[in-house]
Amino acid sequence: MTRMNLTNNEACATLVLHKKIRGTKMQAILKGLVGAAVGLVVSNASAATIEDVKKNGVLTCGTNSATAGFSLPDNEGKWTGFVVDYCRAVAAAVLGDAQKVRFIPLTPKDRFTALQSGEIDILAHNATWTSSRDTSLGILFAGTYFYDGQGFMVRKAENIGSAKDLDGASICVTQGTTTELNLADYFRSHSMSYSTVGFADEEAVVKAYDEGRCDVLSADTSTLNASRQRMAKADDSVVLPELISKEPLGPAVRQGDDHWLNVAKWTLLVMVAAEELGITSQNVDEMKSSDNPNIRRLLGAEGSLGKDLGLGDTWSVDVIKQVGNYGEVFDRNIGKASPLKMERGLNALWNQGGLQYAPPIR
Amino acid sequence: MSDQSLHPPLVNSSLLPPMAPPCGIRPSPATWIRKNLFSTPFSGVLTICFTVLAAWLLHQFVSFAVLDAVWAGGQEECRANPDGACWPFIVEKFDYLRYGAYPLSERWRVDLTLAIGAVLIVWLLWKRAPRRNLAALLFFIVYPVVAFVLLRGVASLNLPVIDTVLWGGLLITLLMSVVGIVFSLPIGVLLALGRRSELPLVRAVCVIFIEVVRGVPFITVLFMANFMMPLFVPDYLTPDRLLRPLIAIALFSSAYMAEVVRAGLQAIPKGQYEAAKALGVSYFTMMRLIILPQALTIVIPGIVSTFIGLFKDTTLVAIVGIADFLRAVETARVDPNWAGPTISSTGYLFAGLVYWIFCFGMSRYSQSMERELARGHKS
Repeated sequence: MTRMNLTNNEACATLVLHKKIRGTKMQAILKGLVGAAVGLVVSNASAATIEDVKKNGVLTCGTNSATAGFSLPDNEGKWTGFVVDYCRAVAAAVLGDAQKVRFIPLTPKDRFTALQSGEIDILAHNATWTSSRDTSLGILFAGTYFYDGQGFMVRKAENIGSAKDLDGASICVTQGTTTELNLADYFRSHSMSYSTVGFADEEAVVKAYDEGRCDVLSADTSTLNASRQRMAKADDSVVLPELISKEPLGPAVRQGDDHWLNVAKWTLLVMVAAEELGITSQNVDEMKSSDNPNIRRLLGAEGSLGKDLGLGDTWSVDVIKQVGNYGEVFDRNIGKASPLKMERGLNALWNQGGLQYAPPIR
Repeated sequence: MSDQSLHPPLVNSSLLPPMAPPCGIRPSPATWIRKNLFSTPFSGVLTICFTVLAAWLLHQFVSFAVLDAVWAGGQEECRANPDGACWPFIVEKFDYLRYGAYPLSERWRVDLTLAIGAVLIVWLLWKRAPRRNLAALLFFIVYPVVAFVLLRGVASLNLPVIDTVLWGGLLITLLMSVVGIVFSLPIGVLLALGRRSELPLVRAVCVIFIEVVRGVPFITVLFMANFMMPLFVPDYLTPDRLLRPLIAIALFSSAYMAEVVRAGLQAIPKGQYEAAKALGVSYFTMMRLIILPQALTIVIPGIVSTFIGLFKDTTLVAIVGIADFLRAVETARVDPNWAGPTISSTGYLFAGLVYWIFCFGMSRYSQSMERELARGHKS
């Protein structure tokens, strides 16, 4: 939500180093110190992450501190959720056990610093993949596990089917975020008028909508559904199909470790491919003896994907058996089988009208 | 004629019989109310306004927390009642709020640690308890070791090691504050003495430490410790991620404590120092037996105020991803299975009550301490 002012904090680690380098007094000592520090940074960051993970026997995964459906501890403190399951999948791929994950909850402010510093092996956060983050923070995004975007929620009784019918609406938004800017752009480009009812925190926004102080609630779809749950009349509202901004959420790893980037990337892609090929956590064992060459290559019965990634032959089977394919993970945490009941929308497979697409495995 | 009849005694040999108080000195309730609450028309109006306001606030609170609250049932009952607190939510999340993600089968270790701690604290603080110096020894020397062994675990004692990532909830809040309180007072006293020392080096070190620590925001230190430190220090030299904020909070509160204690030291008249020195009492004996007992008594309100501030400041560790009690409440309230219009208010109300109970307890104890120790200074 506070995406606009993040860049400063994100660049924090780099800044500290720069400041040190710019110092004029005690140059010799400082240079020595910075040299040593940079040496350590390099040795920390460019070391093969996969070797560290295997050596420690546990994957350290940075995740959201509490976001309904995406990452949240249950009553016993066990982490559950959509991005959490992605981390479990990576652990299953590398270590053969989806439970061998250490979750470090991170705020939007410190998530990239934690990754840069080596505090975590992989970042599975609701972090939007943008060009500046990919190029200037020393991190790389490994794909998109959730296509998010700003959407609208309206009351069913209003009989509004599309965002294009929102002319003249009053809209509840969180102040000071990109949400407001996106609204202004969208309504101007469609020559419609609107008024905003703004609040500083999301809780107040939801309350205002629930009390009928505005017609429309606008926020990222990943939070709209969770907000609806908090309303007194949750079933009276519906999310409109249009998205007016692009917020691709994906996992990130440190730059300079291509091997680990590949592991992060293909763990996700294998889950997507498995859904496309109809491989689920239930039928994965039977599928191993399938005649379909695509399925055989994906499950390691043919080809050398596992070996090329530096993982065992059964890594993809472990992922799908212990965590599930993309569709299963989606449904269980945020989709039909969860309290959030999100539509697949953009996150449907490419051949079902969505954007989730895995390159061929061969 | 004897001398006595010439000069009657100046002092009565027996007490005079008590007399009834003059009228109006011991007022009836009606007089008291008239004099204190309705002395002028303006004060009467104020009394009425504030009574109405207080009654309204109390009514709001009681109806939300008690009368309209949901006491039994589940999510559906809570959603159907947007006017009252949802206590079943707290009941269901209670274990999470206390232990965080600490493994279920090992939670008895947390209970045992807290129980031992509670017994020792009561022993230590109860003024009429026997052998309180033994309690102090156990609490300050033995208990930290026992707590460490129990909470973290030692594999060779058949207690599996629990990663500190899994610790959470009230456990973290209590751990943070106990460590902060236990370390800040002795270190703070040393720093305060150092700052008033006549040895320039000692004084300089103490002044620099105190001023640097007080000049830096706690959040910055936490952030540096937890996210920047791994950038510069190799893995095997980096302390545990829970230990880093613990050290930070101990050092931080010490610096504040040092200034509180220094205030007490400065309030002691110079004559006390000079008298002690004239008698040939050594520096440490003078401090231990003469100056510090008086100085610390004077600043009890300041010390307890620092403790209470410290207890509430432990919530800041949430920003480095440590799930303290308040963070646990915030996490629990997000749970979509329990989502409802009053879940957040209930969670925060509960958090407020828990913090208030601890802080109010500390405050009351300090007041009784003050009464106990106020020897000659009492006005």
